[in-house]
Amino acid sequence: MKIKIADRGLDKTPVFCKSNCDHRSRQAIKALSQEERSACRRETAAPRGRIRETKLMSNNHQFTRRSLLKTAGGIALASGISAPSILRAQSSDVIRIGHLTPRTGFLGPLGEYGVMAIDLAVEEINAAGGLMGRKVELLKEDSVNPQTASTKAERMIERDKVACIIGEISSASCLTIAQVASRNKTLFINTGGNSDALRGKDCQRYMFHVESQNSMYVKTVGRSFQRDGLVKGKKWYSLTADYAFGHDLLKVSKRFMEANGGQFAGDDLVPTDATDFSAYLLKIREAKPDLVVINLAGNQITNFLKQYAEFGLTFPVGGFGFDTALAWAAGKGNFVGTWPVVWHHLLDTPGSKAFVAAFTKKYSKPPENQAWGDYIATKIVAQTINELKSTESPKIIEHFEKGAKFDLLKTRPGYFRATDHQLMHEMYAVTALPADKIKNQWDIFSSSPAVPGPDEPLEVIAATKEENSCTFPS
Amino acid sequence: MSSILLAQQILNGLLDGVYYLLIALGLSLIFSLGGIVNLAHGAFYAIGAYLTLVISPYLGFGGAFVAAPVVVALLGVVIERVLFRRFYRADPILSLLLTFGLAMVAEQVLRMIFGAPPLSYSIPPALRGQVAVGGFIYSFYRVVLLGVAAACIAGLWLLLQKTSFGRVVRAGVQNPDMVGALGISLQPYMSAVAALGIGLAGLAGVLLAPIYSIHPAMGQEIITPAFVVVVIGGLGSFWGVVIAALLVGLVKGVMVGVGYSAASTAAIYLLMLLVLLFRPRGLFGERIMRFE
Repeated sequence: MKIKIADRGLDKTPVFCKSNCDHRSRQAIKALSQEERSACRRETAAPRGRIRETKLMSNNHQFTRRSLLKTAGGIALASGISAPSILRAQSSDVIRIGHLTPRTGFLGPLGEYGVMAIDLAVEEINAAGGLMGRKVELLKEDSVNPQTASTKAERMIERDKVACIIGEISSASCLTIAQVASRNKTLFINTGGNSDALRGKDCQRYMFHVESQNSMYVKTVGRSFQRDGLVKGKKWYSLTADYAFGHDLLKVSKRFMEANGGQFAGDDLVPTDATDFSAYLLKIREAKPDLVVINLAGNQITNFLKQYAEFGLTFPVGGFGFDTALAWAAGKGNFVGTWPVVWHHLLDTPGSKAFVAAFTKKYSKPPENQAWGDYIATKIVAQTINELKSTESPKIIEHFEKGAKFDLLKTRPGYFRATDHQLMHEMYAVTALPADKIKNQWDIFSSSPAVPGPDEPLEVIAATKEENSCTFPS
Repeated sequence: MSSILLAQQILNGLLDGVYYLLIALGLSLIFSLGGIVNLAHGAFYAIGAYLTLVISPYLGFGGAFVAAPVVVALLGVVIERVLFRRFYRADPILSLLLTFGLAMVAEQVLRMIFGAPPLSYSIPPALRGQVAVGGFIYSFYRVVLLGVAAACIAGLWLLLQKTSFGRVVRAGVQNPDMVGALGISLQPYMSAVAALGIGLAGLAGVLLAPIYSIHPAMGQEIITPAFVVVVIGGLGSFWGVVIAALLVGLVKGVMVGVGYSAASTAAIYLLMLLVLLFRPRGLFGERIMRFE
C-alpha cells in the first residue's frame, strides 16, 4: 500500500512547484537567497528519497527509467493545465471507468468514433445523477497495440482503480486486455473485437462482448446471400486481412460456405499494410466469381471499394466485416454490395433516433456502428451499477450471467449468453443504394429487417457449442 | 495461372511501381543534396491529398492538380528555410528525429482540422472508365497516372541533366565544398530542391486521393515502401530510384499473381536485403564521399 501512495505522489504531486522554489528557470533559483535555496534543496530532496523507497520496497512493480522520465514530464506539466484535474482524480467521490481503444493506425478512425460515443454516454450518465450518486470519471487512452494495451490496462486497474475497462477494436489487443482484467478480477467489456476465438478457446470470465462475434456477422449477411441465390452451387473469391481477425473470419466464412453448398474459387491473404489492390482485382476479373467476399479490415475496405469501382468490375460484392465509416469514406458510387452491421444510424427505433440526434448535435455527424458499441456498453455498465448499488466486478458479472436484459436501442432487448459472454442481440444487413437514390453522404445504404426475425430466438445467428465452445479458465 | 494473367500482373506491377517513384524521387533528391532523411515526406503526400479535397470544390480536380502541388511546394520551401537549413551539416540522426517529429505534428494537425475518420473523394467523371489493349483491360485513370508520372520523370531528368540548375545540384550532391569554393551559394538550390521534392510528394497525394483512402495517417502507409525504393536504388542515383521503384512494384505484383499474396510485402524487404548484400550502396548507388 505504501508503495502505491509513494508512486502516486511521484506521478501526480507537483513537488517542484511549491513556494518560490520553482524549477522553471535556473536564473530564478540563482536569484534566491541562501536560505531559500537550501529550503529548495530540502523540498526537492524529498521525492528522491521516495523514489529510492519505492525501488527498494517493490518487487513486482517496475520502476524503470522510462517511468522516471514520465514522472519528470508529469511534474513539469503539473504546474500547468493538468494540475486541477489530477487533484480531483485522487478524491474518492468519483467512479472511474477506463476506456482503451486504438486511436492511431489503421483502426484509429473507428476508435475515434468509440471515443466520441463514450464521452457522450458519460456526459448523459453524469447529467442523470451519475453512478450511485457519484460522478463518473472517464480515463481514455490510445491502446496502440496489444503490448501497450495490456500495460495501459494494468495501470488503469492497479493505479487508477477503475471499476471496469470498456473498449478496444483489435481482437489481438482484446486478448491481452482480457488477460490483465482476469488476473485483477476487473470487468472488461469488448466493444469492437470480432474474433470468434475470443468467445471460444481464448474466452475469459471477466470479459464480455457487446461487439458481435464473426459467426453472427457471417450468418446475418449469409441470409441475404442465400436469399439472393449467391451461396448454393456458387463460387466465391475472398480477400482476407492477414492477421488474427481475418484468419478467424475466413475460417468462419469457409464453414458457412461448406455447410450451405458453395465453394471458394480463390482466397488471398492480404498484408495489413497493402494499399493497392490492382493485382488482386486482375485476379478476380480472371476468376469470374459469383460473389467477391471482402474479409478486410479498416481502411483497406475503403481502398478496395474505391479501386473496385475504378477497375469497373461488376461481380456482386459482399463482406463479413464492415464499418459504416469505411463505406462513407468510399463515397457515393464507389460503395457497393451487401454487408453486415451490428447497428446503423438509420435504425427506426425511438432509442436509436435519440442517440443519433444527441450524437449529431454534439459532433455534427451521425454516429457509426463503433460508436454504438462504446455507447451501449457504458450504458449497460451504468444501469447495472445503479441497480446493484455496487461497482464490484464479480457481482456485476453474476448479474450479467443470470441473463439480465438491456435496452440496446433496437426493437428487442438483449442479454449476455452465460456460456460465452456474448451479447445476444439483433443484427442487420445493409445494401448499398444505387447512386441515383442517394440523398446525402451518410444515408448511402438500405437495411434489412432485424436478423434474427421477431419469431426466432436471438441465439440462432450465434456460434453453436459445436462450432465454438468456451470453458472459462478458473 | 494463364500466361496472359502473368503478363498483366507484370505490367500492373510496373505501373504500381510508378506511384512509389513520385515519393521516392523527392526523398532521394533531398537526402542526396542536403543529407536530410525526410521522414515527413509522407506527411506532405497526405497534405497533398487533403488539399485536393479542399481545392476541388472550387477549381475542380484539374485545378487541384495544379494548385495543390504548388501549395505543398511552398510549404516545403518554408520548412526548408526554417528547419532543414539548420541540419545540413549535422549528424543525419538529428534530421531524422526532426522530420519524425514533423511527420507526427503534420498528422495531428490534419486530424484536428479534418477529423480522424477517412474522407471520401472519387475519380472525376471525365477520367473514369476502362481502356482495352488487346486482352488487357485496365483502368483509364491509372493510364493517366502513368502518363503524368512519366512526364514528371522526364521533366526532372531533363532539369537535372540539361540545365545549369541541374549541373549545380549534381555538383552539390558530389562535393558541396567545391561548389562553394567556386563562388556558388547552394542555399537557393537547396530551397528549390526541397520545393521540387516535396511538391512531387504533394502531386502524388493529388493523384492517389481518388483511389486510396484519405485519412490523416496515409503518409505513413507510403513512406516505408518509398524508403525501401530509395535504399534499393541507391543514393544519388536518378535511374537507380526509377528502376528500384519498378522492381518493387513488379515483385509485389508477381507475388500476388502467383498466389503468394500474404508474402508480397515481405518479398520487398527480401529484395532489399538481397540487393544490399551484393551492392551495399544500392543498385546504382554512387560513392558519395561525405556520407561514408
